[in-house]
Amino acid sequence: MQLWLIPLLPLAGAAINGFTGRRTSRSVQNTVAIGSVLLSFLWVVKTLMALMPMEERYVEHYFTWMASGALNVGVDFAIDRLTAVMLCVVTGIGTLIHIYAAGYMKEEEGYYRFFSYLNLFMFFMLVLVLGGNFLLLFVGWEGVGLCSYLLIGFYFVKKSASDAGKKAFIVNRIGDFGFSLAMFLIVVTFGSLDFPTVFAKAQQFPIEESAGIITAICLLLLVGATGKSAQIPLFVWLPDAMEGPTPVSALIHAATMVTAGVYMCSRSAALFMKAPIAMDTVAIVGLATAVMAATIGLVQNDIKKVYAYSTVSQLGFMFLAVGLGAFSAGIYHLVTHAFFKALLFLGAGSVIHACHHEQDMRHMGGLRKKIPHTFNVLLIAALAIAGFPFMSGWYSKEEILGAAHHHHMWMYWAAWVTAGMTAFYVFRSIFLTFFGEYKGHAHPHESPWSMLGPLYVLAILSLIGGYIFPIPHILEPIFHGIVPAAHIEHSLADMILGSSPGIIGIFLAYIVYVAKPGLADTIKDSFSGVYNILYNKYFVDEIYDAAIVHPIERTSRNFFWKIVDVGIIDNGFVHGFSGAALNFGGLLRHLQSGVIRNYAAWTVIGVIGILSALTVLGGGR
Amino acid sequence: MNLLDLLIAAPLIGFLITLALPKGNTGLIKMFTLVFSLAVFAASLLLVGPTLDRPAIMTWVTDAPWITTPAIRYHVGMDGVSLWLVLLSTFLTPISILLSFKYIDKRIKEFYAFLLLLEFGLIGVFVSLDLFLFYAFWEVCLVPMYFLIGIWGHERRIYAAVKFFLYTMAGSVLMLAAILYLYSKAGTFDYPAILLMLETGKLALNHTEETLLFLAFFLAFAIKVPLFPLHTWLPDAHVEAPTAGSVMLAAVMLKMGTYGILRFCLPLYPNASKENANWIIILAITGIIYGALVALVQPNMKKLVAYSSVSHLGFVVLGMFSGNQWGLDGAVYQMLAHGISTGALFMLVGFLYERQHSLEIKDYGGVATPAPWLSTVFLVTTLASIGMPLLNNFVGEYLVLQGAAQVNIWWAVFAATGVILSACYMLWMYQRTFFGETPEEVTHHMHDLKAREWACILPLIAVMIWMGIYAQTFLPSIGASNKTILDRTQPARVAEVANNGR
Repeated sequence: MQLWLIPLLPLAGAAINGFTGRRTSRSVQNTVAIGSVLLSFLWVVKTLMALMPMEERYVEHYFTWMASGALNVGVDFAIDRLTAVMLCVVTGIGTLIHIYAAGYMKEEEGYYRFFSYLNLFMFFMLVLVLGGNFLLLFVGWEGVGLCSYLLIGFYFVKKSASDAGKKAFIVNRIGDFGFSLAMFLIVVTFGSLDFPTVFAKAQQFPIEESAGIITAICLLLLVGATGKSAQIPLFVWLPDAMEGPTPVSALIHAATMVTAGVYMCSRSAALFMKAPIAMDTVAIVGLATAVMAATIGLVQNDIKKVYAYSTVSQLGFMFLAVGLGAFSAGIYHLVTHAFFKALLFLGAGSVIHACHHEQDMRHMGGLRKKIPHTFNVLLIAALAIAGFPFMSGWYSKEEILGAAHHHHMWMYWAAWVTAGMTAFYVFRSIFLTFFGEYKGHAHPHESPWSMLGPLYVLAILSLIGGYIFPIPHILEPIFHGIVPAAHIEHSLADMILGSSPGIIGIFLAYIVYVAKPGLADTIKDSFSGVYNILYNKYFVDEIYDAAIVHPIERTSRNFFWKIVDVGIIDNGFVHGFSGAALNFGGLLRHLQSGVIRNYAAWTVIGVIGILSALTVLGGGR
Repeated sequence: MNLLDLLIAAPLIGFLITLALPKGNTGLIKMFTLVFSLAVFAASLLLVGPTLDRPAIMTWVTDAPWITTPAIRYHVGMDGVSLWLVLLSTFLTPISILLSFKYIDKRIKEFYAFLLLLEFGLIGVFVSLDLFLFYAFWEVCLVPMYFLIGIWGHERRIYAAVKFFLYTMAGSVLMLAAILYLYSKAGTFDYPAILLMLETGKLALNHTEETLLFLAFFLAFAIKVPLFPLHTWLPDAHVEAPTAGSVMLAAVMLKMGTYGILRFCLPLYPNASKENANWIIILAITGIIYGALVALVQPNMKKLVAYSSVSHLGFVVLGMFSGNQWGLDGAVYQMLAHGISTGALFMLVGFLYERQHSLEIKDYGGVATPAPWLSTVFLVTTLASIGMPLLNNFVGEYLVLQGAAQVNIWWAVFAATGVILSACYMLWMYQRTFFGETPEEVTHHMHDLKAREWACILPLIAVMIWMGIYAQTFLPSIGASNKTILDRTQPARVAEVANNGR
């Protein structure tokens, strides 16, 4: 099947543009960048057609990457239905965003560099989903992190951009620390990193023996996932990541990379199902993140920041699903979220483009008439994320709410309220941007069709994607046998209850921001304490800085370096010893005469000493 | 006289020829040493095939008497571990020579001659099978490096050179004493013979003897590694050394210490190695974290990279004392990987220095704008250094940590924090140097890579990628050699052999 072509095509694109981009024209660069991803997408389609119906896992082994002792890690690519879904999302959405980016980035310096990074990202993301063992998944995992770093810091002259890139990389490293420890434990426990071997052995483990170690493994995997997928406590990098160009936010920080954690946990479902404590932790982390991020999203003024927190929150929903054992619901939401959140970001990009790089919604308003196409598609995206009935997001959110309903009612209600907040903040952004009077000073203009085209495709997917891609049904064979079949009945009453928060949220946003424009400020003033906490994102960044970053830096500089290294070890012991033994200072002055003979004499003295010692010993024999 | 003997002799001959060349003809000196060292590298490649056929045992063995009383033999040979370290030396020597064409402007003849002498010593260290011969080569390495730092270094070069010399001497004196003690008991310096005597029980060391001998050897090696807290000579040596000196020091010389541990400490003193493993591992992990934290706050690029070496070499020691195949394989792989990536880092810092004559991070900024390719290769090297998958260090670090986790998961937990910290200090330095607005001063001096610089860095980048993607070029032979070493240290076998001996 030549699965290797899928990731290697974008890699080739990255290499070509990276090496030749400074000498080629924009059209050549476009052809290479978009063409390579498009070909990759077509190859995915062709491969999947050939492999239908794909009841079994299909593997290709290329070569052994590293073999040591009992461990043998191969470069293996594998496809099953879960990977197939991810492949379609990554290459499909990836192609659309590449096309959009060609329009969006037209005026930018370093155009070829941007596309080289973006193609490189596609390579690593595809390795991540195709990898047949944990280590290869980890390769993709770290690789997408690298590309994220490069693309967030794309405008590297700006300090805020390079800071944000660095922060993303380091916070992700903390997550990867957990991931790698999980891998060490997996090898120690199961003797392999290959998915089928590990999962099969995990199945055979008697529960009383396995509970501790598998729980540890799963919790460590979760640490990895919280980094990559921006969950509590490692979510802090994602809002800052909005420093990157908007297509990057759409592709990497909404549709694909940040969902890698959800993919990884679903891939490891066989392990997680053996670790109930870890599952509960996943659900609670996901839910807490969903609630927290949604509350922050309510009060942000930067349109991209609103959608960034929205992404964090929606990822929380996915983890909630995973933690409840509703893996396919999590992936379902991953897919629909890829549609509507990519659309939200790209639409936001179109707005920002129209307003000449203005991102503050307080300086927008009334854009409905000026950029009607953008308004149309953003409205569809907003309805989808709000969970308006029969939009794509509605299907997946229903699944997740259903799972919560089945397990813990308190989780259900927390998720229910969060869904309401989601609808509220998204429509707040729509109303602030498109309704009322225009408050900016630019002359907004509609985006070109190279940008609008992908937007409409995504709009169609956001509209009907939930219906035409019944993910839980597609993924049945994957989770069958791992997850106990829970038939969740959707009664009409449940459906109405589940759909209501979205509609209520939209209605409230309409009241506050359109019907009674002064109301927002009144609320803000009467709850200024709460507002400040939310507006400042619960001060989490400040707390991390004060509790972790600064103490480490200060201790390293003032204690480890200046006191321990220079003071105690060097001035204390080293100079102390050598000074006592050899009168170091005097020796130094002596040697500083700079005559080579002196140095040579030292060496000769040494050699003579050695030889005489030898003679004594040798003679004594 | 086989190919290995020729390879050992060649750099010495080159050294002598270079000394005989006319002093004024610097072009000839540069060209001769470069071509000569390239030829040595090419010759060393011929060793690969036969060694890889039987990596578990010594090939290319020559065993001839050298001095009769005391019985010092010229006994050399090469297994799967020695092979790659020899190759590392012969690979980096021509690069270090080419690297210095512009940088070195005084005493040109001596400089290149010393680089060849250093190569001679390094190759000798990695293939010696006679303890005294090993010691002799060990000391030979010291001399050229001492001069490289002392003559061609920066302002505080004398201080750094003397510190380097005394530190290393302090350790090697103890090692010499231990070697002589072994000789007095065994009547030979021949390493395989001593091992055989230990195995058959002809030579028995009581607990105190073994511990003291182990410590004497270990201290010498630990200083060279350098293991925390014996590392303070390293930052000074690196900061003051000329670029080529830093490259050779970091890339190859530090490996003399870890090689010594692997080759001599573990097989000679299996019980002591096991008994002392815990505190050594604790020092190694302390070094990993401590080195990284101190690197974080260094204002000087070379010091930063030097402390990062302390951190990285901690991984090597950790792997070696984990006492399992993963740990040992990872440790040797990390030795090679660190050689390539840290050698490249020092080289690139040297390139920056040649442009702007500063090693202070604060004097740079926005270098990416005037020098995009320099920034790109620096980034690749940075990523290699912080253990990015598909680049060289990842494989070594992964295996070391896996080996540590096998023994005690907490060791892996603490050691792996070094991987987080490495991203912090390297990316922070990278950001301050290459990103941001470009100051006037930088714009004025900075230019992108020149052809000669490309020729220096590109081979290293290629090896980084190769080692990262296809570790199987190196791992099977390393693994086979390590298995031989490991088998000696297994307690079951040690006990069994001891019983048979009685």
